[in-house]
Amino acid sequence: MKYVDEYRDPQLCRRLVAEIRDTASRCHTIMEVCGGQTHGLLRHGIDRELQGVVELIHGPGCPVCVTPAEDIDFAISLCQRTGVTVVTFGDMLRVPGTSLSFREAQSLGGDVRLVYSPLDAVQLAVSEPDREFVFFAVGFETTTPATALAIQQAARLGLKNFSVLVAHVRVQPAMEAIMESDACRVEGVLAAGHVCAVSGFASYEQFTRRYHVPVVVTGFEPVDLLNGILRCLRQLEAGVAEVENGYERSVQIGGNSQALQIVDDTYEICDKPWRGLGTIPNGGLRLRECWRQFDASRRYSRASLPIVEPVRCRSGDVLTGQIKPTDCEYFGQECTEETPLGAPMVSSEGACAAYARHVRPYI
Amino acid sequence: MLSDEASANCPLPDFGDDERISLAHGEGGRLSRRLLRGMLKPVQNEFLIGLPDGATLPVSSGKLVFSTDSYVITPRSFPGGDIGSLAVFGTANDLAVSGARPRWLSLGLIIEEGFSTHELGQMIASIARAVRVAGMQVVTGDTKVVPRGAADGLFINSAGIGELVLPLPGPDTLSQGDRLLVTGKIGQHGLAVLAARESLGFDPAPESDMTALWPAVEALHAAGIRVKAMRDATRGGVAGILHEWADACDKTMLLESGSIPVSKTVRGACELLGLDPLHVACEGTMVVAVPSEEVSDALRVLRTVEVSNEAVEIGSVSEKRMAPVAVRRSLGQLVPLDEPSGAPLPRIC
Repeated sequence: MKYVDEYRDPQLCRRLVAEIRDTASRCHTIMEVCGGQTHGLLRHGIDRELQGVVELIHGPGCPVCVTPAEDIDFAISLCQRTGVTVVTFGDMLRVPGTSLSFREAQSLGGDVRLVYSPLDAVQLAVSEPDREFVFFAVGFETTTPATALAIQQAARLGLKNFSVLVAHVRVQPAMEAIMESDACRVEGVLAAGHVCAVSGFASYEQFTRRYHVPVVVTGFEPVDLLNGILRCLRQLEAGVAEVENGYERSVQIGGNSQALQIVDDTYEICDKPWRGLGTIPNGGLRLRECWRQFDASRRYSRASLPIVEPVRCRSGDVLTGQIKPTDCEYFGQECTEETPLGAPMVSSEGACAAYARHVRPYI
Repeated sequence: MLSDEASANCPLPDFGDDERISLAHGEGGRLSRRLLRGMLKPVQNEFLIGLPDGATLPVSSGKLVFSTDSYVITPRSFPGGDIGSLAVFGTANDLAVSGARPRWLSLGLIIEEGFSTHELGQMIASIARAVRVAGMQVVTGDTKVVPRGAADGLFINSAGIGELVLPLPGPDTLSQGDRLLVTGKIGQHGLAVLAARESLGFDPAPESDMTALWPAVEALHAAGIRVKAMRDATRGGVAGILHEWADACDKTMLLESGSIPVSKTVRGACELLGLDPLHVACEGTMVVAVPSEEVSDALRVLRTVEVSNEAVEIGSVSEKRMAPVAVRRSLGQLVPLDEPSGAPLPRIC
């Protein structure tokens, strides 16, 4: 299959592994930003193949994992109201809130529907005009344009029964927060290819200058990942720190200008609490004033929500690369895919889920 | 998929002028009888004449295999099949992979008040076609109508009886070196249903592989192949079965990712949705375990039968490792294959 097979070619993979071994004079620590990359690395056994050559630490790029419990609790409370349906992505269904997950709320009579695209949520609102639909908008720069499009579509259709609970987050401010931390061990960064496909990578120029770490925009297939690691290593060995595009087939330096425009028309940047990481300056998006009629956080009251209790989940340490999921004392014990303590164990991009699926049997 | 031959000469049920099923259709009076008469016509056989309370079946000298399953699928129709044909093939294949020739079927229909008689007629016709393909007879049945909201349109329970022809040693007897085969491309059914349910609009739309597996089992039996275990890869897909087998024999199932047969359509859709075809359900494809010395004969025999003409070897049974099921991926690394946990969910990005 085109665009798949050539990036999983076993011979090319082995050549890249050999080249990586030849290039590294010592073991370097590289952070892959996106949970999709984490799953790719583990699924293909790249982390084990490169043991002792490169230490891969897993970044914050799992939007479901970083969504604060307050937002999840609020969304769950909405689906339990009479006449209100919450629409979201499948990843969200099993994520534990303070007292319930969506799936549990659903079995108690809450109305939760899953979609593949925010535009499907608009379609639901059109087809059932007597119900109110709230789209729970979670995701990085990859999903914000689609939500923006849904809001504009709802406006064009004059929908009164559609709103969006925005929990969108921005990846670069979170990376900056990680780099600022005293415990940071990151020597090089594999930037998330699909985020850069939307937002470009010009803004990483300043990032590399400030933190002196190489950044390679990297895709998700084994050849992409190995190539990103190799290019990062070459810079580290040469003592340089620049931005490189290792995902040329999808990413241009300026990103997707049409998508960026619609995002800018719809949202403004705001400080945002991230689950496990605290409030990150400029770390999120909120709807602009002119779209307030579609803002679920204005339309519905947050009163009488459960008080968020501190959880034992060490998602913050995992999402900032301080610990590997397997270093967490709860991993595989109290916290499993069936009984998760936190989102990283159940999200399709969660690092703990990746370890539970692809690594645990080997430890 | 049903052949044209099977769909020919199949009388459609006649429900008179009733457009919708009402509670009265289930209350035992004139309407009930009319409904029943309409439904019976396409599946009529000697056991149903006079509508006795129970079917009297001729017992062979050997053993019987008995299996039941309930069908509540949404949507009721999808490319390659519907809830009616599923209720037949699902149960027929459970018998077939138990080594039994499928013979007799019971059908229990739970119909929601307001259900269209036209659609019911289509489902009965589909059942009748599938029953012919599977070589079975409907010998007893039941219909209930429940108030609106108490069921989702139409639920079907079917139970089947088959004659044991090929007794299987079972997955607990699998030993190191045994080989694992699949009889065709995997993941077709699950993807077809998912795409139809979520209106995913793939072009071409993936089509269910639903059909009767008995001819493949019969061919293996006729050729004297020593089959150790067989399972149709329904919910949980191939991965689900291999996890069960690994558990049963306390060994590890090793797969070669390059040898797993997946159609272009299913592969593309799975890539897009972030699913692994090994986790996606089949309805006309089974996993077969044979001793290594039987592999080439088993493959040759399977390929002579239409339902299994794309049979291939996908892996083998190895000594127990840390992971119960592992796949060799592109780097040559063995990577654990996880057990499916619930239905595949749409991903965020």
